[in-house]
Amino acid sequence: MLDINLQKPPKGKWPTPPFDPRFPNQNQTRNCYQNFLDYHRCLKTMNRRGKSTQPCEYYFRVYHSLCPISWVQRWNEQIRDGTFAGKI
Amino acid sequence: MAYPSQLGFQDASSPIMEELLYFHDHALMIVFLISSLVLYVILAMLSTKLMHTNTMDAQVIETIWTILPAVILVLIALPSLRILYMMDEINNPTITVKTLGHQWYWSYEYTDYEDLMFDSYMIPSEELKPGDLRLLEVDNRVVLPMELTIRMLISSEDVLHSWAMPSLGLKTDAIPGRLNQATLSSTRPGLFYGQCSEICGSNHSFMPIILEMVPLKIFESWSSSMV
Repeated sequence: MLDINLQKPPKGKWPTPPFDPRFPNQNQTRNCYQNFLDYHRCLKTMNRRGKSTQPCEYYFRVYHSLCPISWVQRWNEQIRDGTFAGKI
Repeated sequence: MAYPSQLGFQDASSPIMEELLYFHDHALMIVFLISSLVLYVILAMLSTKLMHTNTMDAQVIETIWTILPAVILVLIALPSLRILYMMDEINNPTITVKTLGHQWYWSYEYTDYEDLMFDSYMIPSEELKPGDLRLLEVDNRVVLPMELTIRMLISSEDVLHSWAMPSLGLKTDAIPGRLNQATLSSTRPGLFYGQCSEICGSNHSFMPIILEMVPLKIFESWSSSMV
C-alpha cells in the first residue's frame, strides 16, 4: 500500500550525513567538530594552492547538518576574533 | 500518550519499543513466578504445626536452587542483550534533526536543506483550548515523516535536560557541550507526547515535547511553509 521508494527523498539531493564509522557511538560531538575543522582546513589548503574549494562542500554539508547553529556561530565568531582553539 | 490510571507502558509506536514491551512482559512474568513461589512457600511454612528439627543436609535442593537462578538469569540476559544490540544497529538515516534543551523549552533545528529552526514552549493552562491536554500541549510541534529513520541529535544550551518519548522507547540526556545521537522511527502517523526527564530548574515539569508524525509529502510541504 505504501511504496517505500516513494517515501524516500528524491535522489540527487543531499539527504543527510551518512553513518561515519569513525564515530559509531552515541556521542557525536567529535563528528560535528571534526567536520567543521576539516572544512576550514580544506578551505585553507585549497585557497593556498589556488584550487577550487568545491570538494570542501562535503564537509560543510556534514557539519551544517550535525552541528547546532549556536555552536557554529560561536566558532565562526572565534575564528573572526582569532580566539578559535582548534588547529586550522 | 499517557492516560489516567495507566499501569503499563504506552502503546509502542516504534519497532524497538515493541521489542522492549515483549522483553518487559517476559522479565515481569519471571518476577511474578518467583514471587508467587516464594509467597506460597512462606504461607505453607507458616500454616503448619509440623516441624523437622534434625535436618543435616539437603544436597539435591541446594543444587537445584543454585543452578536454577543462574539459568533464569541467562534467560533474562539473552533477550536483553539482543535488544541492546538492536538499538545500536547501523542504519542510514534519511533526515537529521537537532534538539536543544533550554530553561525551559526545547528548540529544534532542521538544517539538512534550508535552515529551519523554532522554539517549542508549553501552552500555559490558562490558554488551553477545550480538548487540549494540560501540561502537554506546545505551540510548535516537531513535525517529522513517519516510517523513515531519523537521526535525532540532542544537546543543551544551559543545564542538563533529557529528551524523552516513551511511546517510541526514547530517552536521551541533553548535556551542554555534548551532542547525543538517538535513532527515531515511528510505525504510525499521529501525535506522540513526551516530557523533559532530567531535573532542570523550576519549570522542569513544564517543557513537554510533541512529535507529529505525518506522511513524507505533508512533511515536505510543512517544512517549506516554515522556512
